[in-house]
Amino acid sequence: MNEKLLEIKNLKTSFRIEDQYYAAVDDVSLTVNENEVLAIVGESGCGKSALAFSLMRLHNRAKIEGDILFKGDDVTNYSAGQVNKLRGNEMSMIFQDPLTALNPLMKIGDQIGEVLLLHKGKFSNLNRKQKAISLLDKVGIARPEHVYEQFPHELSGGMRQRVVIAIAIANDPEVLIADEPTTALDATIQSQILDLLNELKENMNAGIILITHDLGVVAEMADRVAVMYAGQIVEVADVHALFGMPQHPYTRSLLSSVPNAESVDSKLHVIQGIVPSLKNLTREGCRFRSRIPWIDESVHEKSPELHEISPNHFVRCTCYKNFYFPDEKKEDKRHGIS
Amino acid sequence: MEKEKVLEVKNLQKFFKLGRNNTVKAVDDISFDINKGETFGLVGESGCGKSTTGRTIIRLHEATGGQVIFNHENVHGKKSKQDLLKLNRKMQMIFQDPSSSLNPKMTVMDIVAEGIDIHKLAKNEKDRKQRVENLLETVGLNREHATRFPHEFSGGQRQRIGIARALAVEPEFIIADEPISALDVSIQAQVVNLLKRLQRDYGLTFLFIAHDLSMVKYISDRIGVMYFGNMVELAESDELYKNPLHPYTKSLLSAIPLPDPDYERNRRRVAYDPAEHDTNEEPEFREVKPGHWVRCTTKEFEEYKKELKTK
Repeated sequence: MNEKLLEIKNLKTSFRIEDQYYAAVDDVSLTVNENEVLAIVGESGCGKSALAFSLMRLHNRAKIEGDILFKGDDVTNYSAGQVNKLRGNEMSMIFQDPLTALNPLMKIGDQIGEVLLLHKGKFSNLNRKQKAISLLDKVGIARPEHVYEQFPHELSGGMRQRVVIAIAIANDPEVLIADEPTTALDATIQSQILDLLNELKENMNAGIILITHDLGVVAEMADRVAVMYAGQIVEVADVHALFGMPQHPYTRSLLSSVPNAESVDSKLHVIQGIVPSLKNLTREGCRFRSRIPWIDESVHEKSPELHEISPNHFVRCTCYKNFYFPDEKKEDKRHGIS
Repeated sequence: MEKEKVLEVKNLQKFFKLGRNNTVKAVDDISFDINKGETFGLVGESGCGKSTTGRTIIRLHEATGGQVIFNHENVHGKKSKQDLLKLNRKMQMIFQDPSSSLNPKMTVMDIVAEGIDIHKLAKNEKDRKQRVENLLETVGLNREHATRFPHEFSGGQRQRIGIARALAVEPEFIIADEPISALDVSIQAQVVNLLKRLQRDYGLTFLFIAHDLSMVKYISDRIGVMYFGNMVELAESDELYKNPLHPYTKSLLSAIPLPDPDYERNRRRVAYDPAEHDTNEEPEFREVKPGHWVRCTTKEFEEYKKELKTK
């Protein structure tokens, strides 16, 4: 039986801009189970990374409301010391940009050793080195003894990303948050990294939160998918349901903006406009409505909520029932799922 | 019908000297043609020399060997300033990172008009302004944007400015070096649609360099696959995707994740091991089937031919 590892309840993360708080993550509730990959997708500026940073308590000045339960314990009430014990140990994070995530003045080996030292102080120096080398080996780095002595700038992007992953998994975390772990990498290296993450999930029974905007990666890795728009979850579903029967207009727009193997000649769908910035966001009503102006205003809910339209498939706002793409005929519009 | 060749790359080489006895062969003897009005995709991992190829074609790098013939004229070799100017007008480049390829201290107007000024295309100040505003509208920006600075724009908008700048001198041929890699999915679609539209409206020819194979397939007519400075396979996009022959192409294709979970769960990745080739014979670039070229040895050549027949 899969156990709930992480439970996020009504999380709201707000940042102060000119004496006023604006929520970047607005009332998000999610769960992550053991041995499960939960993917969070959305365009840049949707609040995906803000959510990840809130979970890791990495925001300095943000106002965080709501609960983050790690194995039933509310992490939001933790003191700095308690957070430090948790972070990098039971919960860890793979950062997006491997060049800025690593210290340029520290040898690779020392950077991995640092997490071991902080959380598993009982290692002797020699053991720590052995452990660090075995971690490098585990993430598929050839000649780990050699890389142990190298500096980040001597490594390629793919290798650096592996080092960041090695640091993240050093203490066998139970929850791993991967923030765009492969965005900066080539297709071939990307597939190696994804294999590695899958292995971690299987072998260590970890729960992984995978943040990405690459829908191909989501299809490959995720068990469940949450689609985020303007700080809110707009759709949550099992990966097969989400790709097979996407409901929310935003999910459908995202899916139709990537080329698939069959539709070579069709034009790619373009989502009009951009993600509104924190200050310019209209918080009343359906937040996606400004980007689908051809849809009649009356189909949106006044205060959109997540509806469970089939078991474990949630969609926000009722506008999905009347959504169609501008180049579709109005008659073809789908009336929910039967 | 004989297609008109816009660009011919013949045995192009670009070596970088890193010191004594240390030379990097970034581009090692590659040849291909690009026909008028077509989009030629160039793919490969980072570090395989695809960007160097693009930059050498437009003469941002001097070639170590070989020729680049653009409209029956060699790009490299001794050239007067005037000749170079003429050439540069016909050939333009769109760069990968739209935030570092635009001068932060210049307004959009001046950025886009730089080429117009250099080539003295505008009759007067009013004409210059008119041209820039038309260009901005062509790429989907507003004319009011002309007075702003690059930092005021989003990534997708900046890339549009880069495209407008390339279009300003009315080129025939555009080298797009990873123009969408730094952008969000939905924005990628916007830029790709824009490039497709421009190609249709102005009859442009593109060299599209990228590592995202799904987008390359979507936009390209023909695709060349590069591996460590060599072209290993060249074919029409559909042919390449249906019948990849070179093991590296197969490996590259098997690594693309598609937005389809059922397909993804059953996908098998193919790893490429350069050691599987016979090293006793220097491989050559051979035509296995009309228009489908593979770098292979004589023995592999026969095997590939057989492989294609059984399909």
